[in-house]
Amino acid sequence: MTAPAPIPARVPAPVGLLAELTHRCPLQCPYCSNPLELERQASELSTAQWINVLDQAADLGVLQLHLSGGEPTARRDLEQLVAHAAKRQLYSNLITSGYGVTRDRLAALTASGLDHLQISIQDSDPVNADRIAGVPGAHARKVALAGFARALDLALTINAPIHRQNVDNLAAIIEFAVSLGARRVEVAHVQYYGWGLANRAALLPTRQQVVQSIDVVAKARHQYKGVVTFDFVAPDYYAKRPKPCMGGWGRGIINVTPSGKVLPCHAAQSIPALKFDSVTDRPLRDIWANSEAFNAYRGTAWMKEPCRSCEFKEADWGGCRCQALALTGDAANADPMCAKSPSHGEIAKLALVESTAADPPALIYRTPASAAGARSPTG
Amino acid sequence: MTGRERIILTTHSQPALARHVKLRMDDTRQRWVLLAPERLLNPSDTAIAVLQLCDGQQKVEDIAAKLAAEFDAPAAAILDDILPVLQDLADKGYVTA
Ligand code: SF4
Ligand code: SF4
Repeated sequence: MTAPAPIPARVPAPVGLLAELTHRCPLQCPYCSNPLELERQASELSTAQWINVLDQAADLGVLQLHLSGGEPTARRDLEQLVAHAAKRQLYSNLITSGYGVTRDRLAALTASGLDHLQISIQDSDPVNADRIAGVPGAHARKVALAGFARALDLALTINAPIHRQNVDNLAAIIEFAVSLGARRVEVAHVQYYGWGLANRAALLPTRQQVVQSIDVVAKARHQYKGVVTFDFVAPDYYAKRPKPCMGGWGRGIINVTPSGKVLPCHAAQSIPALKFDSVTDRPLRDIWANSEAFNAYRGTAWMKEPCRSCEFKEADWGGCRCQALALTGDAANADPMCAKSPSHGEIAKLALVESTAADPPALIYRTPASAAGARSPTG
Repeated sequence: MTGRERIILTTHSQPALARHVKLRMDDTRQRWVLLAPERLLNPSDTAIAVLQLCDGQQKVEDIAAKLAAEFDAPAAAILDDILPVLQDLADKGYVTA
């Protein structure tokens, strides 16, 4: 065996692999983080290819595996992948819509070594929940799956994407998530990339609603101390500093798409200037350490002002590249959510106008057919 | 409410790592890590020593006594150190008792 090529000292080893196993999904959430251009089943990696990806990731230093999609349980070989992850001591986290997962399937996944289950819910109110997911009956199936997880004593996180169309119901959503048996609840304001960006005017809450949601979560943390852990993700449209997107480009996370493309972030393909390598023609280690896409925005050398001379540049890494491109036209600009960005004032104005409009536009659901309409400019 | 209650640890509790939490050696970075949902912790050396003894059988006071012998320190002081560490981990759901 030849020794693997050494990784340059400036490149940290990745800790997490986000495996988008498939873009197939029975639901149509209008804030899905998948790209508008969904990959087809025929292009998906085989079981053997995914197992090879898991091996390469573990060898590279990855500790956590997020099995995601689309709906990852649409892959019939999910049990095999989970079992292999367990063999390589990868901590496996299944991120599911909960649709179409039977009790037997969940039992088989648990027996294969699944460490943790995450189910997303759209609301505590079944009617509004199904309306947002775009599929009747979706909510009831999530509730059923949470019950199977409880019966199997499988650790459960409930993730609740929050936006204008459910934010006022947050206290009830949290109660509901806790009643489902979640030990951890993620109250995650929708992030406005991809489908979320296309639907921003229908989903962005007002500043007042965001402030209230922070308060609701603080109360819940207090009420459930020692029983339930809460994570809160704010919408950055009302922030003064951007999020450290993915903990910094090419610093900790690798995203592999259903067909094997390797991305620094799930939205990275929205930057047309970048070329992405595939696990089908280049070793993962080489892609991580040496590829053009991973090095394009790794570290701080690529930065322009105001980031270049900013004291926070190694704290937030200039924010999100996709957001910089989508809203300012240049991926190397500061994320416009930053108060130092020249575009910040414009964004604040836009957030105010969209979030307070009396009549928000209709939701564009995540279907291949609506992708064309969703691609209109939004910035 | 859920019927679940906060676990309060005492010297007589018999702590164990929760099933969904994994303590493992990270060969790449040459250190122990604690893996939990969306969390990657690098416990202190003391915490690692404690967690390795959390088998659901030994009581907190037994664990303290073992560490006292190992590190040649008074057991009472060790107990004062490790109880809050274990309580914090129990509050996060990583340790059961
Ligand atoms: S100027 Fe750049 S580095 Fe500084 S806080 Fe803003 S986005 Fe972050
Ligand atoms: S910066 Fe871009 S590439 Fe990174 S997470 Fe954000 S959207 Fe994705």
